[in-house]
Amino acid sequence: MIVRLMGEGQFRVDDALLTRLNELDAEVSRAVEQGDERALWTSLQALADAVREGGEKLADADLRPSDAIIPPEDLSLEEARELLADEGFIPDVPVAS
Amino acid sequence: MPGLMARLSLIFKAKFSKALDRAENPNETLDYSYEEQLRQLQNVKRGIADVTTAKKRLEMQYTTMQQQVDKLDGQARQALQAGHEDLAREALTRKTAVQAQLEAIMTQGQQLEAQQQKLVDGEKTLAAKIEAFRSQKEVIKAQYSAAEAQVRIGEAATGIGEHMADVGMAVQRAKDKTDQMQARASAIDELTAAGSLEDFTSSGDDIDRQLAQISQGGQVDDELAKMKAELGTGAEPSKEIEGEKA
Repeated sequence: MIVRLMGEGQFRVDDALLTRLNELDAEVSRAVEQGDERALWTSLQALADAVREGGEKLADADLRPSDAIIPPEDLSLEEARELLADEGFIPDVPVAS
Repeated sequence: MPGLMARLSLIFKAKFSKALDRAENPNETLDYSYEEQLRQLQNVKRGIADVTTAKKRLEMQYTTMQQQVDKLDGQARQALQAGHEDLAREALTRKTAVQAQLEAIMTQGQQLEAQQQKLVDGEKTLAAKIEAFRSQKEVIKAQYSAAEAQVRIGEAATGIGEHMADVGMAVQRAKDKTDQMQARASAIDELTAAGSLEDFTSSGDDIDRQLAQISQGGQVDDELAKMKAELGTGAEPSKEIEGEKA
């Protein structure tokens, strides 16, 4: 599976790591739901560290899209909500029309 | 609630594959995509240059603020020597306020430094991906049927779009951060522009109220006492301060 750490790049992670990532991902979601910014940062940091340590960085020229995307570690709650609102916060990049 | 990681990638994918679904002629789409990517790369470069400029401006502001700190310190000394303890206290209060802001801005500036390096890396990666797309598009044109080409273009363009959006967002965040720091530094500029001692007598505005709060922190009293001792102006440090130090 390909995972993107936003602001950093893409990593290949194997299935063994996936369970752990899903657990941490659930913590991130919970923090957003509960509006706990500190918990959000802690869990995002843990998630990013797990990918960095257990994943393998993809080559720059690799054009594959990611299966999962992890937002920046210092994401604010407000940004998280905006990011999750459909298309919100993601810059408009026309690829083709 | 589905995981955040998967949800985010769905949002990204939806955004970048939509436009490609309508393409009729894969070859035209390929060329157009490539042109568009190059154009976006220029935007990213401009964005990073803006962040760099803003950061340089901030560095100049640090220097000015540092000079203000020194100036206010000098003013406090002069006021004390002339026997105006109230004015000395005001000058030190302002100095403390500027110093606190200066430290906060410096810390944020260091964080920005790290982010800036990531932006530059992201831009390099983007350029490498676009170059890879360029060579892939020729292969796709030559070797694949229209239907297969469609699928491959879709994948590659989505992958690039995802990276572009990522770098674009990082640039935007860095810009927002420099703007915030800029606003903070400018507020301090205004505060210290009125940094002559006469101005300290005016009161009642927001800044004065904030300063009054800071002066309650005891740091100003400490500094004042220290300065008195250095100048040997005779005045004994107040009992309160002695108590704190004991």
